[in-house]
Amino acid sequence: MSTNLRRRSFAAIALAAAVTLGAAACSSEEPGNGTTEQITLNVDVFGNFGYEELYKQYMAEHPNIKIVERGTGSQLDAHNQQLTQRLAAGAGAGDIVALEEGVIISYLDKANLFTDLGEFGAKDLAGNFIPWKFQQGTTADGKILGLGTDVGSMAMCYRTDLFKKAGLPTDRAAVSALWPTWDDYIKTGQTFKSKVKDAGFIDAVTNTYNTILMQKAGQGAGYTYFDKSGAMTIDTNPAVKDSYDLAVKILDAGLSAKLQAWTQEWNNGFKQAQFATIACPAWMTGYITEQNGADGKGKWDIAAAPGGGGNWGGSFLAVPKQSKHAKEAAELVKFLTNPAGQTAAFKSKGNLPSSPQALGDAAVKAAVNEYFSNAPTGDIFAKGALDLKPVYLGAKNAPVRTAVENALRTVEQGTKSSADAWTAAVTDGKKAAQ
Amino acid sequence: MAVQSSTRPEVAPGQRRGGSQLPMEPQRSKGVLGRLDIKYSPYLYIAPFFVVFGIFGLWPLIYTLRMSLYDWDLGSTIETAKFVGFDNFAMFLGDEDFWNSVVNTLAMFLMSTIPQLILALILANALNKRLRGRTLLRMGVLIPNITSVAAVAIVFTQLYNRDFGLINWFLGFFGVDPIDWTAHSWSSWVAISSMVDWRWTGYNALIFLAAMQSIPRDIYESASIDGASAWRQFWTMTVPMLRPTIIFVTIISTIGGLQLYGEPLLFTGGGNPLLGGSDRQSQTVTMFLMEQFYMKFELGRAATVAWLLFIMILIFSVINFLFTRSLRSADGKAKQRKVAR
Repeated sequence: MSTNLRRRSFAAIALAAAVTLGAAACSSEEPGNGTTEQITLNVDVFGNFGYEELYKQYMAEHPNIKIVERGTGSQLDAHNQQLTQRLAAGAGAGDIVALEEGVIISYLDKANLFTDLGEFGAKDLAGNFIPWKFQQGTTADGKILGLGTDVGSMAMCYRTDLFKKAGLPTDRAAVSALWPTWDDYIKTGQTFKSKVKDAGFIDAVTNTYNTILMQKAGQGAGYTYFDKSGAMTIDTNPAVKDSYDLAVKILDAGLSAKLQAWTQEWNNGFKQAQFATIACPAWMTGYITEQNGADGKGKWDIAAAPGGGGNWGGSFLAVPKQSKHAKEAAELVKFLTNPAGQTAAFKSKGNLPSSPQALGDAAVKAAVNEYFSNAPTGDIFAKGALDLKPVYLGAKNAPVRTAVENALRTVEQGTKSSADAWTAAVTDGKKAAQ
Repeated sequence: MAVQSSTRPEVAPGQRRGGSQLPMEPQRSKGVLGRLDIKYSPYLYIAPFFVVFGIFGLWPLIYTLRMSLYDWDLGSTIETAKFVGFDNFAMFLGDEDFWNSVVNTLAMFLMSTIPQLILALILANALNKRLRGRTLLRMGVLIPNITSVAAVAIVFTQLYNRDFGLINWFLGFFGVDPIDWTAHSWSSWVAISSMVDWRWTGYNALIFLAAMQSIPRDIYESASIDGASAWRQFWTMTVPMLRPTIIFVTIISTIGGLQLYGEPLLFTGGGNPLLGGSDRQSQTVTMFLMEQFYMKFELGRAATVAWLLFIMILIFSVINFLFTRSLRSADGKAKQRKVAR
């Protein structure tokens, strides 16, 4: 009997609790609105954009605006996934979001998700950016999706210890003179491999392939896998096949250490001195410093990239359509990406500016990197970025590029012949473009 | 079964007539509130589960099915998306990349589950013996399971490293050239399956162990007296008596195995791990699903893959169920025979 009594009183409590909960849920009301003009702008970033001082300055000038940066120090992948989810859900994204180079391109055909910054005067700002950088953030019909923050640019980092072992020059001017073209680079690599057996000349071929393609496309048609009408050109654009063949030539010469980028093996490769050169955007210097640690200090240097300028990475700031403060957000984007803002970000975190004016700034030009044998990084990377010719990239660039990269990797791994892999690249690339 | 349920005076939720029908509830509760309580409170108790399941389980399921019938891009809404019927389903059923992910998933499922369950059985049998520090050992087998997938994957990726990996170093003693584990399908399957086994063998062993402890000791004693060896006892007594547990563990492993995601993703590594390697060597169905969403922004197609995966799991569960039923009836017959004797 007592069991029953207990059971019943428990039921009553449960009932009461359920009713109270329901009532509580109904009574929670929105706090009163309209009492303040204060606007909070959320800025979603990954890694470090170095904007702290700029925020302070902007908030001092605009007392009604409060800036909150979210995602500082986070990984790019996590940032991208979260952004995709929030855009799909139609809520939750920041008023300003950082879009990495590859990401903004994939949003070009989804421009309806973002505010056209052209509506807020961004069209007049083209002169503030390197031409190819401004073009990357602009859709084929002229909508401005995002304004550039930093660029990766391109140079060639090399290990002086391995170069010495191979009897090659180690001075950066002399090394740059070794490889005005990619064919010269391959020849140097063969010399290197004839002396040093236990290290590759290059980490892996894929990132180098991308650099070559951007150079060849810039010198040629001005586009890569898609022309400006959006038609697929993977098998008709000579720049693509030429770059592919050149990459295969590097592989055939046995120069690759076959270490896929961003894997454990690759990270080990830095520590174990498994390769002598690596395609090197500005941010890569930070990655090398981190991976190679104190041991590597003074063992690295930076030369010009073969074949001219290039770029890998760099970001944009965009304003999602779902933001309720598009105008204020657009103004802040313009402030953060203007030449003075970019110079400030460079001074704070070393992000290489995408503005020619900022690249010409004395502070940027004078910058040297102690870890890389005091190489004048500001100067080297500014040149690499300014040398690159504008190239149009289609919205489906990323999946097609991945298809070609993966084909090259099967050649590198020895699981496919270069001809078979090319067929696969074209088939997969066309499929990915659908 | 029948005897058991009739002795339990549970409040039957399905009872249509008044509270007076209940055997343990005499006329004591006369108030309206009391009657309401008896009639409806059981529904209230179970309501939280169904409400939560409805919101987070059933509704997404229906919504996903609806999305799968549309050409639903990132940024589309139900008004702007184009209805395409079962085109998405047809497309994937004719897509070799989808089937490649199915083959990968099934291969890794078989390669991980079979050795895992056998090992778990042997391990449980060993732990069921009188050992020193038995509790410590029993707790110990669970340690791999409480380690995070990421940590396990990092360690295993190092072990399977092409240039400096322990496994290639070990194989080198037998004259095997270094294997590039991520380059081929079979090698990445082996590596990922071993990772899954490492994490889940101990867990399954504990479930088996719990079941083994419910087997009466005296039958082992009499078997020993009759001269049955330990192995014979294991295979002819322990294993058959564990059959229901083995089936349970197999079903759980099937569901987990078909949704394999973390291990292959982390093992692949690199810039686009969702593709499962240069030639999609280790791309599972779940990774294929995520590729549609995060790399291609095709939400409708991602929903289609989710439903295909759901159907796949259903099919396997039905196979498991039929298997279970035939086993149970075989069990029943065996028992009847015993009784008749």
